[in-house]
Amino acid sequence: MALQEPIDPLLEEISGPTPRQILRKRVQGHMGLLFGAGVVLVLLVIAILAPVLAPHDPYLQDLANRMVKPVFMGGTWEHPLGTDHLGRDYLSRLIYGARVSLLIGSVAALISGVIGTAMGVAAGYFGGRVDAVVTFLINVRLAMPVVLVALAVVAILGGSLQVVIAVLGLLLWDRFAVVMRASTLQVRRREYVSAAQAIGASTPRVILSEIMPNIVNNLIVIVTLEMAHAILLEAALSFLGLGVQPPTPSWGLMVSEGKNMMLFEPWLVLIPGVVLFVLVLAINLMGDGLRDVTAPDSRS
Amino acid sequence: MLPFILKRLGLAGLVAFTVSFISFSLLFLSGDPAAALAGETASGEDIEAIRRLYGFDRPMLVQYGEWLFQALRGNFGESYYFKLPVSSLIADRLSVTMTLGVCGITFALLTAVPLGVAAAIRPNSIIDRVALFLSVAGQAMPSFWFGLILIVLFGIKLRWLPPSGASTWQHFIMPTIVLGYYAMPAIMRLTRAGMLEVLNSDYIRTARAKGAGEGRVLFKHALRNAIIPVVSLAAVQMGFMLGGSIVVESIFALHGAGYLAWESIARNDLPTVQALILIFSMFYIIFTFLADVLNAWLDPRMRSS
Repeated sequence: MALQEPIDPLLEEISGPTPRQILRKRVQGHMGLLFGAGVVLVLLVIAILAPVLAPHDPYLQDLANRMVKPVFMGGTWEHPLGTDHLGRDYLSRLIYGARVSLLIGSVAALISGVIGTAMGVAAGYFGGRVDAVVTFLINVRLAMPVVLVALAVVAILGGSLQVVIAVLGLLLWDRFAVVMRASTLQVRRREYVSAAQAIGASTPRVILSEIMPNIVNNLIVIVTLEMAHAILLEAALSFLGLGVQPPTPSWGLMVSEGKNMMLFEPWLVLIPGVVLFVLVLAINLMGDGLRDVTAPDSRS
Repeated sequence: MLPFILKRLGLAGLVAFTVSFISFSLLFLSGDPAAALAGETASGEDIEAIRRLYGFDRPMLVQYGEWLFQALRGNFGESYYFKLPVSSLIADRLSVTMTLGVCGITFALLTAVPLGVAAAIRPNSIIDRVALFLSVAGQAMPSFWFGLILIVLFGIKLRWLPPSGASTWQHFIMPTIVLGYYAMPAIMRLTRAGMLEVLNSDYIRTARAKGAGEGRVLFKHALRNAIIPVVSLAAVQMGFMLGGSIVVESIFALHGAGYLAWESIARNDLPTVQALILIFSMFYIIFTFLADVLNAWLDPRMRSS
């Protein structure tokens, strides 16, 4: 049996690893994805368990103990990350701040995801006039300066958590629409879509059970990227004083409050900024990783 | 080419019109601008007087029509706060923002393009990995925080650069870096992807086969083609950056149009905010239009779509 037998591609497909096994292997080999998903998971658990994990009440002021230094700068374990200018425990505010960031990021991404996906899929599936209108709306939205419009609207309606979430959700749908439109265009002419149409499946059914499952990978990637985008924008709005209002513990607001003491106590600005950076980095790495492992061209 | 330009121009005009309508109506969400303007202690009569003075008692569409008609003639009304024409107020501030935008995009191009080329020449090398890391990290860094760190480090601890203001060119160094790094990741990725694609093409192989030097192949043959999409991306990014300069200007106390926008929002100065939203969108629309035309001029295949 010295002869090299040609491998039958069909046989290879049957006896080779299943798609699920291939995916698992690729996920396990992707450091960025593992790191990103791990950090996001840890922060999610911290946010959910905030009341249990926080050593102090994040709103409790203690004016006798203002700006206590963190433990690595000569402070005590009573306040591991020190206290802010009102004597509130910094670690507790940081932990509760994870709730604000993750809540705003996920709900804003959900709202914009629903709007953008509906528009993009409709444009890609129906084409023609629907496509022209959606493309026009995307252009209009891209032309609006996001930070400026968000600031102005939040200033008018008042900076509550709900308003910030709604404003970001209504502003950030453009990338969903662009990507979902392109993805739908790619699968619209496939045989299985034509087959479903030929056997008389209704339009909603074709979209929901033939189109959507095949573009959902791209959707997940955009959800993560827009979540990161929303978290950064919320922090910027709060930093500028027109986002989430004090005394809510938001990381952007903490940087803003620490700004005045920045010269003497730089850690007040450094700590919330680093946490914000790590969260956004982790979400982006997770998104990039998901794109890598689910992209069809790298399935080998 | 001309039909393409005309079509794009018409579309750009329509987008500008829609944006102006949306931004005008958004600011009507406040319910009663007269009450906000009069302040909390004003009596009902005062509010009524202000309402009539500024014409808030008329239907919104009428107000919009008049505002648009005046705006087209360059008249954006009078600022509630400064009691000056909004157009001259903005004209004074725009030079700082434009300078910042041009510096920012130049900085982004000068750092991102060489990095992207270097990364594409040797994929998966150290340079490639460093460039990839920089682009991922750059996207995750909050710009306001990055700005503050630079101020503490170079403005206060090392005293190399002035921490705020806009009087000398040194004042623009840190704002330029903060604004420019934001556009870097996208430009770098596009340069890298474009170079990788071009370097694998037949004409590069032909150039090498003819015995052209590596430098000549890279810069004369490859980069020239790979740079085309980057130029149009840079134009679009420039439009985005001008809109995003509000954060940078507020950190460095650069008194440009972005700073004016921030102040005016906090002061409920509606005419100024409306005008600024329109002007920033116009910049974006003009830059994307120029990018489209440039693309079509360089690559005739784009004209049909």
